[in-house]
Amino acid sequence: MLRLLRPLTITTAARRKERLTIFYVWKRLWKHGLATVKFNEKDLAYPPSPPLKRSIHVRHLDSGSPNDCEWELTALLNPVYDIQRFGFDFVASPRHADMLLVTGGVTRNLEQAVRMTFEATPAPKVIVAIGDDACGKGLVGATYAQIGGVDRILPVDVYVPGDPPTPADILQGMVQAALKFENLHRLL
Amino acid sequence: MIYEVIRAERNKLAEVYISALEPDFRKCRLLTMVASDEPETEGGRFVLRYFFATGNERVTVMETVVPEADPTFSSLAAILPAAAWYEREAQDLFGVRPLGHPDPRRLVLHEAYPDGMSPLRKDFPLEGFSQALTPATPAPATTGLKVFTFPQVRGEGVFEIPVGPIHAGVIEPGHFRFQVMGDSILHLEARLFYTHRGVEKRAEGMHVLEGARLAERVCGVCSVSHGLSYAQALESIVGTEVPERALYLRSLAGELERLYNHVSDMSSICSGIGYAYGSAHGARWKETLLQMNGRLIGHRYLRGFVIPGGVTRDLTDGKLEEILRITQDTMLNMEQIVRDMKTNNIAMDRLQGTGILRKDVAEAFAIVGPAARASGLDTDARRDFPYAAYRHLRFDVPLMEEGDVMARLMIRVKEAKQSVELIRQIAEEMPAGAWHTPLGNLPPYRSAVGISESPRGDNVHYVMTGPNNTIYRYRVRSASYANWPVVATCAPGNIMPDFPLINKSFELCYACCDR
Repeated sequence: MLRLLRPLTITTAARRKERLTIFYVWKRLWKHGLATVKFNEKDLAYPPSPPLKRSIHVRHLDSGSPNDCEWELTALLNPVYDIQRFGFDFVASPRHADMLLVTGGVTRNLEQAVRMTFEATPAPKVIVAIGDDACGKGLVGATYAQIGGVDRILPVDVYVPGDPPTPADILQGMVQAALKFENLHRLL
Repeated sequence: MIYEVIRAERNKLAEVYISALEPDFRKCRLLTMVASDEPETEGGRFVLRYFFATGNERVTVMETVVPEADPTFSSLAAILPAAAWYEREAQDLFGVRPLGHPDPRRLVLHEAYPDGMSPLRKDFPLEGFSQALTPATPAPATTGLKVFTFPQVRGEGVFEIPVGPIHAGVIEPGHFRFQVMGDSILHLEARLFYTHRGVEKRAEGMHVLEGARLAERVCGVCSVSHGLSYAQALESIVGTEVPERALYLRSLAGELERLYNHVSDMSSICSGIGYAYGSAHGARWKETLLQMNGRLIGHRYLRGFVIPGGVTRDLTDGKLEEILRITQDTMLNMEQIVRDMKTNNIAMDRLQGTGILRKDVAEAFAIVGPAARASGLDTDARRDFPYAAYRHLRFDVPLMEEGDVMARLMIRVKEAKQSVELIRQIAEEMPAGAWHTPLGNLPPYRSAVGISESPRGDNVHYVMTGPNNTIYRYRVRSASYANWPVVATCAPGNIMPDFPLINKSFELCYACCDR
């Protein structure tokens, strides 16, 4: 299950929509036996609609993870999870991205690349920290070679802890971030 | 494992290597080189140990002491290319300079690190350099060895293509500098160690059992092999007798890891040539195996299963049967995909003759794993240094001579079939009894190496214990570390679009190389 370490500031209407979105994603995950907790359908006043109004373009940014989070992100694209049906797509350049998925605890050798990737991503943008290392709770943590946490240099919107988090956890974090992104978009 | 120690003068390493050891790959293969800071040593501060595999279950250690006042030693890299990276790493992390090294550029520490910093020395604090730099920080001085220059090819129509460290796909960071003429690659140089996290420094002073958790996190997808190498190093220091059932369960975990990695490699080679049928089905079967791992073993990447002294949980016969059923089913389907691919001319055209790794190059760099076996090097730690239950299990080591992408793919297919067969043998012959024994107290300042065969080749872990069951020095030599130097040598002569395919056919991990 997704644990949000920092609460999102969203309206009541947005909160209802968030619930619907999670249900929409969850229903499919449950169907494939991938969701860990059963969602209570009675909470819903009306049938769920497709979650996102627009597609969300996602860019992966490895800041020094031990390769496990990359495998789980790759798994999101396989025929079992197939996140493109939810409106998410992985893009090749940060200039095309709405969302950055950052894995790893930001190594010294990558710090400049991480900053440059962040700056190359056009606003509005949302940042999701994936895995314990990126959330600042990793076993390696802060050393001479690693800062130990993405939020020490970038503003993180959603934290997805886990060692590594399962693809279903990552997907839920991405949905949360996407809703925040739609909110940001409306404000512009 | 039998250790034989040869002591050498720091200025006469090459002479001792040639006279005392036979410089022949089959008789003497470099396993790892470990530098360590041991201030109590007689006659110096730093100790360098070169570990060579000299026959079945025999390891010869060439040891030399380097004083703090004059931290230099004569390099072996000129006559033993496999030692080149180890010596450059020792130079970066300990400040001991290899004299006569053909390529003394920095390796592990990039421009962000100031000059004269030796982070693995004992007097350097763990978090000595962990404050985030502000964007306005001026670039550090670029003097002497700090400058990292790429060789350049000049001429009409020659272009340079820099790629990375942030790549276009969902992969790890590394920088590749291509010199191309049209589509043909003239020269390639890879710059790695972007994900250098300081794992070895973190391990120092850690309790040995917590170190087992760290060992599994060196690499996300070779967790079992890294955990096994670490556990075996500790067990050989104490002399622990691991129960038979635990040994079989360890072999089972090792084969499950090999299987999901090899299925994934087949799938990613298919996606490397745009063969969507193979990549989609391969990804599906990989996910089936990962979900099985999560359901039956407890973690999708099998972490937390192997610990020093045994394994953490037992598996019932029902679970073993289910594992066998799912793995056999997966392998039948993967074999069908490979058979279909072999009838596809376009696929065969991309795979055959691409990225050839010559046998002499493979020997010179002492490479390991499926890549070595595809080039005709007969190495397999499961047979040469039998661990877990491999002494009792029956398997062959597949060998091929071609050394191209196709050969590396077919070696993986054959090994994956063997893995399923090994899982069947394990399920049938699983002995009853305990699956864990306490490790007990470790004697201080003793060291050992642990070797196990990961899906990418052998992982060699060196552990030296400190007082109160802590780690004094920990050195991980992963299969990726041994194999990365040759990837760049396979590229020239091929076309640019084939490089991702060549890279995928080695399927090396960046994180466990960089640590």
